[in-house]
Amino acid sequence: MPSRTIGRNRGAILSQYYNRTLQLRMRRQSRPSLRDLPHSSRPSLRGYRVESDFSETDSRAESVRRQALVSNLQKLSVSDRVRMLRTMPLSMADKRQSSVSLVLPEDPLPSSGQIRVTSAQVLCHRRRPGSYCTACVLVTAHSLQLWQVALKRVGGRFGTGVLSYFLFLKTLLFFNLFLFLVTGLFLVLPQAVHPPPAVHPPPAVHPPPAVHPPQAVHAPQTPQLPQGPASFSGLELLTGGGYFSDSVMYYGYYSDTTLNRDCDNNGSLPSPGGWRGLDCARQGLSYSMPLAYFFTIGTAFFITCIILVFSMSRSFGQSFRVEQSTSLLAMKAFCSWDFKVVKTSSVALMSENIGTQLRELLADVTRNHANQTAGQRLWRLLVHGLAWTVCSGSTVACALAVHYLAQHMHAVRVLQARGEGGAGGVAADPLLSEARLLALPVGVSLINLLLPGLFNAAGWMEEYDSPSVRNSVAIARNLMLKVSLLSVLCFHWLGREATSGLQCWESFVGQELYRFLLMDFLFTLLDTLLGEFLWRLFSEKVLKKSRRPVFDIARNVLELIYGQTLAWLGVLFTPLLPGVQIIKLLLLFYIKMSSVMLNCQAPRKPYRASKMTTVFITLLCFPSFLGASVCVTYTMWSIAPSRACGPFRGLSTMMQAGRLWVEQLRDANPHLTWLATAHSYLVENPLFLFVAAGVFLIIIYFNSQVVGGQRKVIALLQEQIKNEGEDKKFLIRQLQNTHAKKRDAPARRSQQDSAC
Amino acid sequence: MGATASHLGKDLLSEYQELTFLTKQEILLAHKRFTELLSREDKNLPEPRAPTEAILTLPELKSNPFRERIVRVFSTSESRDGLTFEDFLDLLSAFSDSATLEIKSHYAFRIFDFDDDGTLDENDLEKLVNCLTGETDDTRLTPDEMKQLISNILEESDIDKDGTVNLSEFQHVISRSPDFVSSFKIVL
Repeated sequence: MPSRTIGRNRGAILSQYYNRTLQLRMRRQSRPSLRDLPHSSRPSLRGYRVESDFSETDSRAESVRRQALVSNLQKLSVSDRVRMLRTMPLSMADKRQSSVSLVLPEDPLPSSGQIRVTSAQVLCHRRRPGSYCTACVLVTAHSLQLWQVALKRVGGRFGTGVLSYFLFLKTLLFFNLFLFLVTGLFLVLPQAVHPPPAVHPPPAVHPPPAVHPPQAVHAPQTPQLPQGPASFSGLELLTGGGYFSDSVMYYGYYSDTTLNRDCDNNGSLPSPGGWRGLDCARQGLSYSMPLAYFFTIGTAFFITCIILVFSMSRSFGQSFRVEQSTSLLAMKAFCSWDFKVVKTSSVALMSENIGTQLRELLADVTRNHANQTAGQRLWRLLVHGLAWTVCSGSTVACALAVHYLAQHMHAVRVLQARGEGGAGGVAADPLLSEARLLALPVGVSLINLLLPGLFNAAGWMEEYDSPSVRNSVAIARNLMLKVSLLSVLCFHWLGREATSGLQCWESFVGQELYRFLLMDFLFTLLDTLLGEFLWRLFSEKVLKKSRRPVFDIARNVLELIYGQTLAWLGVLFTPLLPGVQIIKLLLLFYIKMSSVMLNCQAPRKPYRASKMTTVFITLLCFPSFLGASVCVTYTMWSIAPSRACGPFRGLSTMMQAGRLWVEQLRDANPHLTWLATAHSYLVENPLFLFVAAGVFLIIIYFNSQVVGGQRKVIALLQEQIKNEGEDKKFLIRQLQNTHAKKRDAPARRSQQDSAC
Repeated sequence: MGATASHLGKDLLSEYQELTFLTKQEILLAHKRFTELLSREDKNLPEPRAPTEAILTLPELKSNPFRERIVRVFSTSESRDGLTFEDFLDLLSAFSDSATLEIKSHYAFRIFDFDDDGTLDENDLEKLVNCLTGETDDTRLTPDEMKQLISNILEESDIDKDGTVNLSEFQHVISRSPDFVSSFKIVL
């Protein structure tokens, strides 16, 4: 039967690939005209050569086919040829036979260096070339040899699910590395090389409500004198204040002037806006700090956005399937074996899991879903409603608690600053007042640690149709908690702190974010220690069970996303924050790796790794990055920067830096008026954003309609295949009947003859 | 044009790089691991063939229930026993990160086709499920469950209703699972 051997033996493969190279050549040159395709009543056969059954012993026919294939391969371009050779499922000996004949005098193969196509390029040529290529190379460069051995060990023991957590961690590390390089090179390095003068502007220039040095954290002894860098006490590492507060780490350190080298009217005197240095700029090297700050942050965010959207679309493309999948059992039987798993005990565990899942799926498929009575359905709804009430209620309660705590801390701080400034006497213990700053971060991290446990408990009493729904609900609740906490904090920082009139609010917000990041890390360590290490000891020694705790992938990934959101929020205020995040991620990798190896066992529930990876990248892009960039944009657009510190002092908003520069360019060079008009229309006018969003929505609608149409076509084609199968059976039966009749006919005739 | 067991020529290395999905480091590592499997006499042969027992001692294959099928499928000798270095590279290439879905599904089909007849019929499916669920009796399915499972699988994946799953139908099922490409991987 033809269908049985399609693609099986060498001859069939050769002729199949001959057809493919022919199609590739025709596609490369022009569309084939319909007239050239053989007519057939069966639309499925039109344009294809029917591959008839080949026997392996027909070596002459095979060599003819091979020659045809080789001649086709010669006419392709080099990269197409390499790609074709690689994708042919033949043994190496056969491929070398085909490729040896490719070396001909009229097709001078250049030195082998040119043919050696890297796998990155092959990947690129498979997809749409050109625009994806550079990003392809970037992405392939990402899969460098970093941590290769450790990842292989984890994958070998726990499978693809847990491995995806560590790969996600690696991705975040690369994002932060990029941010760190950009901010380090363009902001930190120039400022560190040209430190601003230690004297801060005298209070008389811009009289604030209370006289105190820019760092409101520091309890001063004598408020009028400038503060030198405080001595280093260990608390700085936790609070980010003290010694660090007047360093390159925070926004407040950066000067608002143009940094110049050999220049007389050195821009070290803080002039409003610092634009006077133009004459000087022509003489020596000049580096305008405000512009650099503005453009660096803007460009870094823009490039991160592009990379995120690209990886999200790539991951989505890999895991989205147009057809609704109905063949769960077949998929589980064919695709569930993870060949990466190497350790014998893990293999045994995987076999057990697959057996259990197959049995469950079988029971699901064969069971008649008896319609639940109205009473049962009502009960289920009630239970769901109760669980959701508990979860959202606790979330709202915690958000309010954080709100009031933040308000209280703020009031305390204002009072302290005002009280000390006025009385000039009693200073609270500086260490205690700094330690008190840790109250808010500790509270938020505690909530993040404990509340998901409550959500899990609420989820246990509920009844779900499938484990994936349960998983999604758990993730949604956790996400809701984190989003509400972060929005309360952002409101507090940007709404209250920024407008409170305290000096250098940006540095303070930067310090807060540093503290939050650090506390998050410490509490994750605590959770690893308690949740995994102690639990394993407890269950082994006390409960005497050999069941180790299961590594909760979703919760850990959401923790990573939360940490990354904090880092993105803080880049504007603390240019060195990506560096802190890098150190945190490195430590987290090794700690989590050792904890997983020592304490955990492989997950028992089926884990759809590629779908979950898509979900996590989407979560990283949408609530996390979008929220951070909205906050940063809002800060740059509408909040007045503090008047006494930072690169934007004296301007009404941070965006004004860009606007002033464009105007200055226009004044200096009248040919660039188009730039100014373009700037005013594109950047400042919200109409452009609306138009862009509208175009985006139209594209999305169009694509969704295309997907709907493709689904219909797939259903129709499946019908067609089924019908052709029936036709084939009918024809074969007819053939057999005819043969049988022909055989019987002479027998009957001879019988009749003999009867006579 | 065989490789001497101790050293891979540069032309050969570049040719292998063109014809497989492996990178240069992967090919060199494979060469190193392969020569460790050879016995002393075999090392001096022009086209050394590592016996199946030696290959099955590799840690990446040792616990895999499909290990014998894998070696059989990639072997080019008449008795389907033992792999040359080129067969070994074919194996690693099909199981590598950058291999296409088509190559992987083609070889997966051949691995699951226990009787080598070109289609997956009921016996093949039964052996496949037994390999998946393990050796011990309490993890295996009962005969009733097995029959039910196989008939469900055939109902879902056999489109032309001939009672067997051929390569195209297999590839159709595989193409709907996005996890297949990442789980059909072996890395040295």
